[in-house]
Amino acid sequence: MIAVTINGEARRFDGALSVAQLLDELKLTGKRVALERNGEIVPRSRFPEQTLADGDRLEIVVAVGGG
Amino acid sequence: MKPNEGIDTLTIAGKTYLSRLLVGTGKYRDFAETRAAVEASGAQIVTVAIRRTNIGQNPNEPSLLEVLPPSKYTILPNTAGCYNAADAVRTLRLARELLDGHDLVKLEVLGDPATLYPNMAETLSAAETLVKDGFKVMVYCSDDPIAAARLEQIGCVAVMPLASLIGSGMGILNPWNLSIIIANARVPVLVDAGVGTASDAAIAMELGCDGVLMNTAIAQAGNPVLMASAMKKAVEAGREAFRAGRMPKKLYSASPSSPTGGMLGSSKAA
Repeated sequence: MIAVTINGEARRFDGALSVAQLLDELKLTGKRVALERNGEIVPRSRFPEQTLADGDRLEIVVAVGGG
Repeated sequence: MKPNEGIDTLTIAGKTYLSRLLVGTGKYRDFAETRAAVEASGAQIVTVAIRRTNIGQNPNEPSLLEVLPPSKYTILPNTAGCYNAADAVRTLRLARELLDGHDLVKLEVLGDPATLYPNMAETLSAAETLVKDGFKVMVYCSDDPIAAARLEQIGCVAVMPLASLIGSGMGILNPWNLSIIIANARVPVLVDAGVGTASDAAIAMELGCDGVLMNTAIAQAGNPVLMASAMKKAVEAGREAFRAGRMPKKLYSASPSSPTGGMLGSSKAA
């Protein structure tokens, strides 16, 4: 069981999962996102190999309307 | 003569554009209106903001970049909502990753949530960091000619002084400062913030700006698509007037446009 924070919200997962698997869980696969893990950007190419750890803080961002 | 010679184009960071009108994508009613307004404006460069994704939203909902694809538009991520250099830098690094390495960005660091006036100290600091990190920075700034020159010196690819406060629609409040900035700059100068209606955009171009960036003026017009069309024409008209070279202003001229000779004689008997 790992507890992580995603965009400020606490989440729990049964076991360690990769970033790619997390995005799948969140229905974000195929969507254009950028992801920061504990303050460091995770390049898209590394999504399948980066494994989340207990206590990780993630920010997942997208482009939205703005001036 | 090359085929494009004589066509007036805008060059930013080595890339050439036909449109001198840049538009934001915020404050629209929905994506349909966003797309229609952007198309009517003829803009090729559109700004976007970077925000946390809504976890758990409907995966079939379209996203902004599906409506305005990077294949068709130059997407310019901004740092709206950032109040210090560190946040702005962090935001743009994420944006660069989001846009597959595209590094043309809009930097804005605000000083105050009420007026949204830029914090120039933080802006200068962020600009230095970003330029060193390889970004091509178009920087939103106050209409301070010294700050604008410093931003260019740091290596920003365009300086973007405000006409008036973001979202205020007050138009160009200080054409004199703007003129000084334009005279001193060797990078493009684009008015960004405060444009309210078409004549504001035309005036900016008549002053010699290389382009105009606006969002609220279009999005909060009664008819955004119609206003977008007006703005497209205004930027083109102002630019042509600038290139044509206006006549001088005089207090009076005693120089009518009609001939002074050949006037009708008096009708009364001598």
